[in-house]
Amino acid sequence: MKRSSAFLGLLQKEARHILRDRRTLAVIVLMPIIQVVLFGYAIRTDVEDIRLAIVDPEPDAATHALRTRLGASGLFRIVAVERSTDGLNALFASGAAQQAVVFERGFGDRLESARAARIQIITDAAEPNTGTAMQNYADALIRDHEGELREGTGPPPIAADVRMRFNPTRESSNLFVPGLIAFVITIISALMTAISLAREKETGTMEVLLVSPLRPVEIIAGKVAPYLLVGLATVVLVIIEARLIFGVPLRGSAVLLLAEGVLFTVTSLSLGILISARTPSQRVAMTAVLAGTMLPTVMLSGFIFPLESLPTPLRLISAVIPARWFVEIARGIMLKGVGLDHLWQESLVLVGMTGVLLMASMRSFRVRLD
Amino acid sequence: MTGVAIVAKGLTRRFGGFTAVDAVTFDVRAGEVFGFLGANGAGKTTAIRILTGLLAPSSGAASVAGFDVYREREAIKRSIGYMSQRFSLYNDLTVRENIRLYGTIYGLSASVIRARTDNLLERLRLGESGSKRVGTLPLGWKQKLAFSVALLHQPRIVFLDEPTGGVDPVTRRQFWELIYGAAGQGTTVFVTTHYMDEAEYCDRLGIMVAGRLDALGTPHELKERFGAGSMDEVFLRLARSGAPAGAAA
Amino acid sequence: MRRLLYLSWVEVLHVVRDRASLAQLLLVPFIQLVILANAATFAIHDTPAAIVDLDATAASRALSQRFAASPHFRIIGGPRSVAGADEALRSGEATMVLAIPRGFERALVRGEGARVQVQLNAEKGSAAGIVQSYAQRIIARFGAERGEREGTAPALRRIDVQTRGWYNTELDYRQYMVPGILVALVTLVGTLFTAQNIAREKELGTLEQLNVTPISRAEFIAAKLLPFWVLGMAELTLGLGLGAAVFGMPVRGSLLLLLGVAAVYLVAALGIGLLISTAVDTQQQAMFVTFFIMMIYLLMSGLYTPVDSMPGWVRMAAEANPVKHFVEVTRAVLIKGAGAAEIAKPVGMLGAFAAGFFGLAVWRYRKTA
Repeated sequence: MKRSSAFLGLLQKEARHILRDRRTLAVIVLMPIIQVVLFGYAIRTDVEDIRLAIVDPEPDAATHALRTRLGASGLFRIVAVERSTDGLNALFASGAAQQAVVFERGFGDRLESARAARIQIITDAAEPNTGTAMQNYADALIRDHEGELREGTGPPPIAADVRMRFNPTRESSNLFVPGLIAFVITIISALMTAISLAREKETGTMEVLLVSPLRPVEIIAGKVAPYLLVGLATVVLVIIEARLIFGVPLRGSAVLLLAEGVLFTVTSLSLGILISARTPSQRVAMTAVLAGTMLPTVMLSGFIFPLESLPTPLRLISAVIPARWFVEIARGIMLKGVGLDHLWQESLVLVGMTGVLLMASMRSFRVRLD
Repeated sequence: MTGVAIVAKGLTRRFGGFTAVDAVTFDVRAGEVFGFLGANGAGKTTAIRILTGLLAPSSGAASVAGFDVYREREAIKRSIGYMSQRFSLYNDLTVRENIRLYGTIYGLSASVIRARTDNLLERLRLGESGSKRVGTLPLGWKQKLAFSVALLHQPRIVFLDEPTGGVDPVTRRQFWELIYGAAGQGTTVFVTTHYMDEAEYCDRLGIMVAGRLDALGTPHELKERFGAGSMDEVFLRLARSGAPAGAAA
Repeated sequence: MRRLLYLSWVEVLHVVRDRASLAQLLLVPFIQLVILANAATFAIHDTPAAIVDLDATAASRALSQRFAASPHFRIIGGPRSVAGADEALRSGEATMVLAIPRGFERALVRGEGARVQVQLNAEKGSAAGIVQSYAQRIIARFGAERGEREGTAPALRRIDVQTRGWYNTELDYRQYMVPGILVALVTLVGTLFTAQNIAREKELGTLEQLNVTPISRAEFIAAKLLPFWVLGMAELTLGLGLGAAVFGMPVRGSLLLLLGVAAVYLVAALGIGLLISTAVDTQQQAMFVTFFIMMIYLLMSGLYTPVDSMPGWVRMAAEANPVKHFVEVTRAVLIKGAGAAEIAKPVGMLGAFAAGFFGLAVWRYRKTA
């Protein structure tokens, strides 16, 4: 009885710490909410409104027809029409133009002859995907134009019926939200816990707790329980917001998602405890959490950068990062609507990792007692 | 400045609905050791912060070294030294580095700094420890060093906010010798404390209770006025009489 | 001046004598550079694809062969049925499924318009778009070449399109990302350091001691900025050298020009940190607020995704983002070899930010308790 009231007191104290530091609390809650908006609205890789330069040394009816077509497509904005390629370097270097369509001399005459009329498409491919996409757009448009010029003179091209599965409109927010959930849980659980424990160590209040009748497990539980709640509340908030603003679906079971969320939260909390137990100060704890959990969560979990693109050594490293498995689980549940029958392997890996980390963190905490 | 270092008239500072310093009036003569007594939370630190230009008063008037606490705070800062309640030298710097830092901030030339550093280290018998990190020194040494650093630029007035907190009696004795040394050279010393034996060392005392200055005079005068044998008794009587108001603080 | 220099030197001592600071300054950015340079890639190659060939003719096999030969796709064996392919897509084993229906070859021969079906896992939005365009290109080329070989297509009105990608001919993400990553790292480290700096002195109580000295506000802020400015410049120079030597980062423009712009930019970035530092009470708050602001700045800087792809209002907001301008300048100088004339506009903006943030930090810093 006495012990449970002491435990409740600790819980209360921790909750008060969190609530009292308004600035930190605001950042914790606001950050994910703004991130959803940012990822949803701002982080797009779709290519549109391409700044196009035309190089047309001998304008004629044929080049005009194609130029008009490019300009009217809605994909391109013609920013310059030049007679020669001399000015292209400066246009590209300053970013004024992203792409150039270069006609050859006598384009129209050659078009009506047996020889092919030549066009060169120059693309700013500094960013490879954008470059590839711009190239493909311009190429496809010119092919369409060619097709219409030759209308009825040959067999129709092979029609490819394309279906986008799981995310038909290719909304980037759909992809980011599951990763964002992992990120939020990591920040709140690992970072906040590590800092809060390190602070108690720094100020000496941890010793007072340790000599109290509370068992170490209870001290840890009392310290981390509020963060668990704050973390889960924020996750729910993020899911609701993503659904309301961007229509990000939750196709699978909400209960399963929440259960996996709790599991991952415990993983992150264990990491936070482990780190704080092994670091002497708040600043070291922050640095360690930064390098040890935040960075891998952002970089190696498939959150922003696709896992398939990683070089093999990093792909291997990503296998031991809990966030990587959680992101896969969350994506499966939210976007594909699959259940445990598909996700049991990933879930098992996460359970295993959590078990190991939880044991290690409890042990490191007990070691400090001696 | 005709023999008066600090003047305060009706000096008041409120934080929201709480009045930390309540219409305090006193003056400190040049060259004296003025003690500011009071329990924790009586308003000593707030008063000292106003006088050092760290905090603006809510109302009332005060001047330090002839400069107004509202309008001439930067001029005040040039004329005073300050040792805060919390140890505020850099633990990760060496003794010499700390001294040089503050010497440089107060615009002393390199040669003056060097001369005063050597002198200071010798006086504190810290000669060998000049290149030790301050964090490794015992607390007593740290306090004496902080006091000497506060006097490095030879200010006219030095403010000491509970300078001997947590220090053993022998070191406290040594510390007060340093204070007398500075006063002997003409520096005005404004010191807060809640050690009553230290109060006996002061030329004059002000006693704060719950934001108000309840008594002012030499230790001898105060003991007579309250018919007490020691400053301890004086203080306890004052504290008891101010208990209703003091309870909130 | 002597005062400013010694104050700055003391800041350097604080950093050098603190293990956590040293780790933050040296270790973390280095790890980040190595990991990010390799991880920050949207490169698409070896997309796992399943082919369901229901036609099983010479033509359908020839088309399958085209996919197998493409560097963009890796054909996974296994599914022979539509249901099997669907399962492969669902389990993540395949990202794309190409289905060639019965009668494909017959339609081709008769010139009736053959059809195929391409299904993509579009979870990864824009990547799916690129994979789609690769697939369509292979299919279109297959159709066109077949038409020419069969002699059904006339020679008239042919347009021969050549494509050339400038600046990054190998389409190597590292060339594009490493300059941006360097900017992000220097910014993050510098801002975090300055943001925690004044907050730390508040926590330690040393700030109060400084506040009763006659030091001027501008001097104080400048002394906090200068050492981190020097460290930032050193770190950037080191990073540029490392990037060029280890990660094959191109250096096409003038490094001197770039460092000159960096000198201005760093004042802005560190000014933001100091501004944060004057506004918070603890290091923990400083760190969270910095994270929050830097996250917004970095995400909207064009570092990861092009600013050109963002909606209009976001693009407008991005103009108020110093990181965006410096990422732009860095890429323009390093990758495109831009000279002073081509980067004049963003550099002008950076100058304004530098003056603005420094001024704000000085104005916001109060010498009070």
